[in-house]
Amino acid sequence: MNPDRPRAGRLPAAYLEAGSSSFLEFVSDVDPGLVPGTRPLPGGLTVDAPHGTTIVAAEFAGGVVMAGDRRATMGNVIASRVIEKVFATDEYSVVGIAGTAGLAIEVVRLYQVELEHYEKIEGAIMSIEGKANRLATMIRGNLAMAMQGLTVLPVFAGFDLDDRRGRIYSYDVTGGCYEEHDHHSIGSGSVFARGSLKKTWHPGMTEAAAVAACLEALYDAADDDSATGGPDVGRRIWPAVAVVDIDGVRFLTDEFLAAAVESLVAARLGNPGGAR
Amino acid sequence: MSMPFYVSPEQLMKDKADYARKGIARGRSVVVLQYDRGIAFVAENPQSLRKISEIYDRIAFAAVGMYYEFENLRVAGIRYADLRGYSYDRSDVTARGLANAYAQTLGTVFTQEPKPYEIELCVAEVGRSAEQDQIYRLTYDGSVSDQHGFLVMGGASSQAEERLRQTWSPGMSLADALGVAVATLAVDPAGGEPRSLPPSQLEVAVLDRHRPRRTFRRIVGPLLADLLNLDSPTAHAPEADDGIPGHPDILSGVGHDSPGDSHDADVSDEIVEVDPHVPPPSDKND
Repeated sequence: MNPDRPRAGRLPAAYLEAGSSSFLEFVSDVDPGLVPGTRPLPGGLTVDAPHGTTIVAAEFAGGVVMAGDRRATMGNVIASRVIEKVFATDEYSVVGIAGTAGLAIEVVRLYQVELEHYEKIEGAIMSIEGKANRLATMIRGNLAMAMQGLTVLPVFAGFDLDDRRGRIYSYDVTGGCYEEHDHHSIGSGSVFARGSLKKTWHPGMTEAAAVAACLEALYDAADDDSATGGPDVGRRIWPAVAVVDIDGVRFLTDEFLAAAVESLVAARLGNPGGAR
Repeated sequence: MSMPFYVSPEQLMKDKADYARKGIARGRSVVVLQYDRGIAFVAENPQSLRKISEIYDRIAFAAVGMYYEFENLRVAGIRYADLRGYSYDRSDVTARGLANAYAQTLGTVFTQEPKPYEIELCVAEVGRSAEQDQIYRLTYDGSVSDQHGFLVMGGASSQAEERLRQTWSPGMSLADALGVAVATLAVDPAGGEPRSLPPSQLEVAVLDRHRPRRTFRRIVGPLLADLLNLDSPTAHAPEADDGIPGHPDILSGVGHDSPGDSHDADVSDEIVEVDPHVPPPSDKND
């Protein structure tokens, strides 16, 4: 009991406000500088920053697979060979990112906290549509940056606990959120990856077949897109592959991927068209 | 203009403190105590409005008193922790920082608002070892104290705490710790027969120091019944999470085979008889 206690020590009103379960809304209120997309940029300039490239996602019976190459480019330079572009965002969802890597990783980090924050405050997991819409809100907030060349484009995949199946959502720069069916790809090599998935994907695939199709698609993307990293057998760098099913998210191990990629490379020897 | 009545500051503070204490004493108690693998929280709470909550990876919160007041502070604590973890790192969020923020808030409300908060809070952080565990008690006037091993809040907490001092010992298994906690909650402060508290009347959660990242788990359903059942060999919560999909913090013992789970799911309705005069058997340590 200290009557001289200064008022300044009390938690600010924004902390004690009732009603919101959104971390994004709270941060925008308390410390807007922490939210990507709210920082003012000098007009008319474009910034050269590392860009993430190709991500593919495919549904299978009982879940969804997402895979990304490991390359980031800055103009003609390879900025990173080992960047991670597929992230687990909660127990049952993953996000893959293409576009300005720094901003995209910041968006994903904020998004991870957003989902966990909701889970803790509400004591419940957000519905899959809810998760997809929260991500759309963040991309929308980045529109001003996107107009200056700092685009962030994610693809979201998760396991729908109500329907018991995998779902894939894609986004545009204005924050438009579209549910994709079967499979999807984003980034500079996406055109080639999509072409590949069109031929190899079929309904009711097993998880192993979907993983193989995604690896095949990344190989095809790297084959024709200089910004997508191909299988780097020399450095032992493998694509990042996440599987989301009823047991949650898991990333495939390096040992598994090494074997899968090496057999894929072997199968392509003298057969540049790959599986069909 | 008429002169207002003069009330001395001592009287004013005393009245506020009495008011807050009375409000808190009306509610049911919460017990927080260490066990061999972490910190357990046990509340007599048959409703779905929770008194125990996860705050961050290794930090949890328990409260007694007015629901809307502590719910407000619970949300504030999650906001504080998530903001700290987002702008620094997950390992930089500490129970001490949060306890200080709560203390300042409770103290300011107590001195400056007409009505003090009628709540008592506990902020606990599980460490890498039992010595590094931290359990803080915060009262309505903003005073903080660092508790060793256990604490009881709400209701007739001073007698209950005295009882727990005799029955609790460091390094108890989870089943033993829950046994002494439930026995403490079951005591009738008026000196009558102890009540029986079935699992459905309890809200139980743990911070398990050996789990990676988020260590908070609610213990419910068959697992809770098994842990409280003195005839069951289950002494520990399983290390694996539930095999059934849902909120990641729920641990019900359903959906995977753990060596201790030899019981059917129908034990959940069984009433656990608690005799406060007999210390729980200690032969359940593995």
